[in-house]
Amino acid sequence: MSENHPPFTRYTHLDRSIICLRCPIGCEVQTTVDEANNVIEVKGNTCKLGREYVQTEVADPRRVFTSTVRVRGGVKPLAAVWTPQPIPKDKLLELARDTRLLEIAAPVHVGQVVITDWQGLGVNLVASDEVQKAS
Amino acid sequence: MSDYNVIVVGGGPAGMAAAIEARKTEGARVLILERNTALGGILPQCIHNGFGSVIFEADLPGPEYALRYRDQVEKLGIDVLLDTMVMDITPDREVYAMNSHDGYLHFRPESIVLAMGCRERTRSQIQLPGVRCTGIFTAGTVQRLVNIEGYMPGKRVVVLGSGDIGMIMARRLTIEGAEVVGVFELLPFLTGLRRNYVQCLLDYNIPLHLSTTVTNIFGSRRLEAVEVARVDEKLSPISGTSQRIECDTLLLSVGLIPENELSRSAGVELDSRTAGPLVDNFMATNVPGIFAAGNVVMIYDLVDYVSKAGVVAGSSAGQYSRTGEWKTGECVTLAAGENVGVLLPQKIRLDGAGEKELLLKLRSSSLLERRVTVEVRDEKGPVVSFREQYARPAEMIIHPLKPKEIQAIKGAASRQLTVTIQ
Repeated sequence: MSENHPPFTRYTHLDRSIICLRCPIGCEVQTTVDEANNVIEVKGNTCKLGREYVQTEVADPRRVFTSTVRVRGGVKPLAAVWTPQPIPKDKLLELARDTRLLEIAAPVHVGQVVITDWQGLGVNLVASDEVQKAS
Repeated sequence: MSDYNVIVVGGGPAGMAAAIEARKTEGARVLILERNTALGGILPQCIHNGFGSVIFEADLPGPEYALRYRDQVEKLGIDVLLDTMVMDITPDREVYAMNSHDGYLHFRPESIVLAMGCRERTRSQIQLPGVRCTGIFTAGTVQRLVNIEGYMPGKRVVVLGSGDIGMIMARRLTIEGAEVVGVFELLPFLTGLRRNYVQCLLDYNIPLHLSTTVTNIFGSRRLEAVEVARVDEKLSPISGTSQRIECDTLLLSVGLIPENELSRSAGVELDSRTAGPLVDNFMATNVPGIFAAGNVVMIYDLVDYVSKAGVVAGSSAGQYSRTGEWKTGECVTLAAGENVGVLLPQKIRLDGAGEKELLLKLRSSSLLERRVTVEVRDEKGPVVSFREQYARPAEMIIHPLKPKEIQAIKGAASRQLTVTIQ
C-alpha cells in the first residue's frame, strides 16, 4: 500500500510545507529555504506568528514533552510530568527513555522539578499533578 | 438529605465550573455527585498540554487544569460525593444515587445541572467485523491504562480513526516504547486537529493512511493481526487493496457520544443531531430547574469552552434555586441549515439575552478549505452574518454574538431561524 499522506506533508529538497503550530488554525505555510537552511520565502501564513514559527521550525524545531513517572508510596502509581519549556524535537525520544527509568517518592506536587536541567539544555522535567502519600 | 439547593451530576470540567459558579455568585448550597474516585472527569488522564488557552491564557496539561478547579471547589466548601452513582432523576427533580459508604441516597434539590460528559463509540457501534479477541481497546480506555494505572496494552499497535485522542495516544504509546504501525482513517480527511497530526504523528514518524479502514480482525485469544483496505468514495472497501498487518493491539478512536440516560429519565428533550439536551442560551433544558453543560450537551473540542458552558449552567441553576422562577418570555429557535452539522444553543431566550456573553457554537458537516460565510437567516435572508477562514468538521466554530447581532436576532421577521455555512 502506498502511503497516503495529505498533500501538505510532501517535502521536496528546498521547498517545505510547514503546518504552523502557534494556534489551532494550523496554517499551511509554504517555505523555501536555501542550501544553508536559511528561510528565503514564506507564503500561506495568515499572521506574523506563522512567519516566526517557520523561522524557528527550520532553524531549531522544539516541542513540549509530556509523559508520566512512577511514584513510590503514593495513592496513585504514576505522576504526570512535562517540560513547560519546549525541547529540541530530535531529543524527544531520548528524554522519553530517561523518563521511563525514573521513580520518585510520594508526595508529588504540581510544579515539583523531577529532572533539573536535562542534558544541560536548560530544560526541567516538572510534575503536573498531585500525588498524596498512601496512608 | 435534601438540604442542597443545587445538585451537579458529574465532577468533570463542566460540573466543577457549574458548582463553583452556583456557590460563588448565587450562594447556593451545592453537592457534586461523581461516579469516579476523583474529581476532574477526563482531565487527569489527559496528561498532554494544550488546555487553558482561552480561560487562563496559559498552556497547561490536563491534570493541572483540573486542579485549578478542584482547589476552588474545596475552598468554597462545596460538598462532593465521590464513587457515587446517580441511578435516576425524575422530571420533578428527585435524584436517586448510591455508593458503598452511604448506601441509597435521595435528594430533592431546587435545581440540577447535568454534566455527565460523554463516552467513546465502541467496536459494536462501528460494526467492526472479525474475531472478538482481546487486544482491542477504545483510545480513551488505553489513555487511562497508560496514564493513570500504569499498564501498557501491548507492543505493536494499530490505531483506527484519526480523532485527536487516537493521534495523542499514538504518540503516547511511542513515548512509552511501543511501536505504532499506523493510523488508519476511513474518511478522506483527518478528523482531528492538524496540529495533532504534526505533533503526534509526523514528529514521531507514525504514518497516516486516509480513506483506509480495518476490514477484518485475526487472533484466537489475543489479537494477532488486522486486515486493512482502501475505501472508495462511498466508503466501501475496494477489492484487491487489502493488506494484513501484524499487531497485538488495536485502538479505536472513532468518535464520542454524549451520555444521556439520566437526561432521558428526567424527561429532558434531546436533539437528534447533537445527541444531547436541547438547551437555550442559559443552558436550560425543557424541564424546569434542570440545566445541562459540557460534553453531555454536545461534543466540544476545547475544555475551556466546556468550563464556560458550566459557568452559564451553574449561574442559571443557582438563580433558579433562589427564586424558584424561570424566564417564560419569547424564544427564537435556531435550526441547522446547509453545511451545519450541529449547533448550540438551539434556542435563544430573548428576555435577558446578551446580558452575558452569548456564544454561538457550530460544527460544519463538510470540509470547506476556503473562506466561508456563516449566516443566521429568516425567510427573507440573513439576519446575522460573519466570515470564517475555513470550516472543518474537526473544529467547532465559536462566535460570540455582539450586542447588535443579538438585536438583529430579536428584530428578525421570524421566530424560527436557520444557520448556514456557505
